[in-house]
Amino acid sequence: MKFLRLGLLACAAALALAGGPAAAADAFVAVTAIVEHPALDAARDGIRDELAAGGYEVGKNLRFDYESAQGNPGTAAQIARKFIGEKPDVIVPISTPSAQAVVAATSDIAVVFTAVTDPVGAKLVGDPMKPGGNVTGMSDLSPIAKHLALIREITPDAKRIGVPYNPGEANAVTLVGILKAEAPAQGLTIVEAAATKSADVLAAAQSLVGKVDAIYVPTDNTIVSALEAVIKVGIDNRLPVYAGDTDSVPRGVIAAIGFNYYDVGRQTGKIVLRVLKGEKPGDIPVEGVEITELHVNPGAAAKMGVTIPAAVIARAKTVVQ
Amino acid sequence: MNIVAFLGAIEIGLVFGLVGLGVFLSFRVLNFPDLTVDGSFPLGAAVAATLIVQDVDPFLASAVAVVAGTAAGLVTAFLNLRFKILHLLASILTMIALYSINLRVMGRPNVAIINEPTVLTPLAGLGLADLYLRPAAAAVVAAVALLLLARFLASDYGLAMRATGANPRMARAQGVFTGQATYVGMAISNGLVALAGALFAQMNGFADVTIGTGTIVVGLAAVIVGEAIFGTRTVLGHAAACVVGSVLYRLAVAFALGVDFLGLTASDLNLVTAVLVAVALILPGARNPLRALLSGLAKR
Repeated sequence: MKFLRLGLLACAAALALAGGPAAAADAFVAVTAIVEHPALDAARDGIRDELAAGGYEVGKNLRFDYESAQGNPGTAAQIARKFIGEKPDVIVPISTPSAQAVVAATSDIAVVFTAVTDPVGAKLVGDPMKPGGNVTGMSDLSPIAKHLALIREITPDAKRIGVPYNPGEANAVTLVGILKAEAPAQGLTIVEAAATKSADVLAAAQSLVGKVDAIYVPTDNTIVSALEAVIKVGIDNRLPVYAGDTDSVPRGVIAAIGFNYYDVGRQTGKIVLRVLKGEKPGDIPVEGVEITELHVNPGAAAKMGVTIPAAVIARAKTVVQ
Repeated sequence: MNIVAFLGAIEIGLVFGLVGLGVFLSFRVLNFPDLTVDGSFPLGAAVAATLIVQDVDPFLASAVAVVAGTAAGLVTAFLNLRFKILHLLASILTMIALYSINLRVMGRPNVAIINEPTVLTPLAGLGLADLYLRPAAAAVVAAVALLLLARFLASDYGLAMRATGANPRMARAQGVFTGQATYVGMAISNGLVALAGALFAQMNGFADVTIGTGTIVVGLAAVIVGEAIFGTRTVLGHAAACVVGSVLYRLAVAFALGVDFLGLTASDLNLVTAVLVAVALILPGARNPLRALLSGLAKR
């Protein structure tokens, strides 16, 4: 019995260690994210497309591996180890915990992080202008001042802005801090509503009814994953709902200035290309998002009792019908 | 699976082996289904990381993390014993409260300790590559915890604790202070889990309020996989099975990460892991009919 069991284990171990050798490729880029969600997946696709545009195509001369930790931090740490053992040319961690797990585990493989709001606070880099070492990347910090200005332009009467967010999400806490610092200058007040998991988002949004004139949804993974709950509260109570990311506009928020994570991925891909062509990551400054664009949804606005000014619609890159 | 991934799985498996031991103590020895661990794991990470950032010695920081974990266990036990709240519910209450407490401890959701000294720093002088040093260090910690726990459970007090879990009325009749035994057991259990959290944070460079997600699942998987494959004949063997079970679970995850045939993609990771663990659980039992047949033949 015992021998059978041990033999079984030995077979499993041998099988596990053998693994499939990958076909030789000119470049090897390994991408990992803490969890699947539309924005993070779009960033991954953007990276892949930019690499293709730069002459590295999957299946031809590029090996492009992707792993998701499916929300489990232990798995994120294991993915970091797996990639480091495979010695790719560049590791691209998407999101803060994934980036920290990778950066803590290697000091020689090039790392280009993305979708990290506060890379300095997360200790990924010391000086964003001159990162040094093997790490660079880009921050996805929202252009908060522009967002608040947009809210004032479309709904000038809105003075109290409700912000549902997850206090457990590092990125969201940073954003709320910036919002609170920025709001007084624009004559606005911020009212917070905490939701620690997607199931709490509806209650958080409802708690804002009567206390605010508009709702602003920051780029918070928990809230965005349950965005429909916030939109429902907005429609039922004629409260305009804005968002920090343009992917949310077709889902039913009035308007957003931002970037979509596909463009973030494309921009990250450009950094990856520079590293693949021989530049040292430590010499590449950490970038912010370059392309911002305005998306509006007049239909959603009408349901929330708002008319978007024609000037704003004229300026929009995308008008959702 | 490459060698770094393999050793990484061993290392993380050994760290979560401490969670396995903690869950073994509450779930199996005390018969107390305890979900506090989903909060005490990040609590250990949060306390250790926050103290390390403030230049506290990492060993002292880890010790304080253990104390914080034992306190969490005591709160759950207190809610259960003093106020007769159902054990499962008492532990859920402590767990959700710890989410907020962990945010308070850290002051923000994520504390990075990537460049700070950790318990591994003094060992760097041993000349062993980091790749082997980390799993070796984790193995030493897991082995010491395992031996101490097994020794403790074999002592008179440990026997009383096991009696408390097996049959509390009988234990009380024999003069065992079952309440006290539960307090002590829950404290040790969550102290072990907090130690795992503190080590995980230091080995991976960060504490995050979300790192507790699914700790109980991993702990239970370790206990049950270990039992299924190695049996439960002695206390030492039973406890060791938890640590080995945890390592096997991590190897299953590492193996699932490397699976790219049959059209399986990254999103199938949890499914593949679950199937591997299920197979590990089913296989030993599946041989039983054969064994029954053989022993039946032998009797004839």
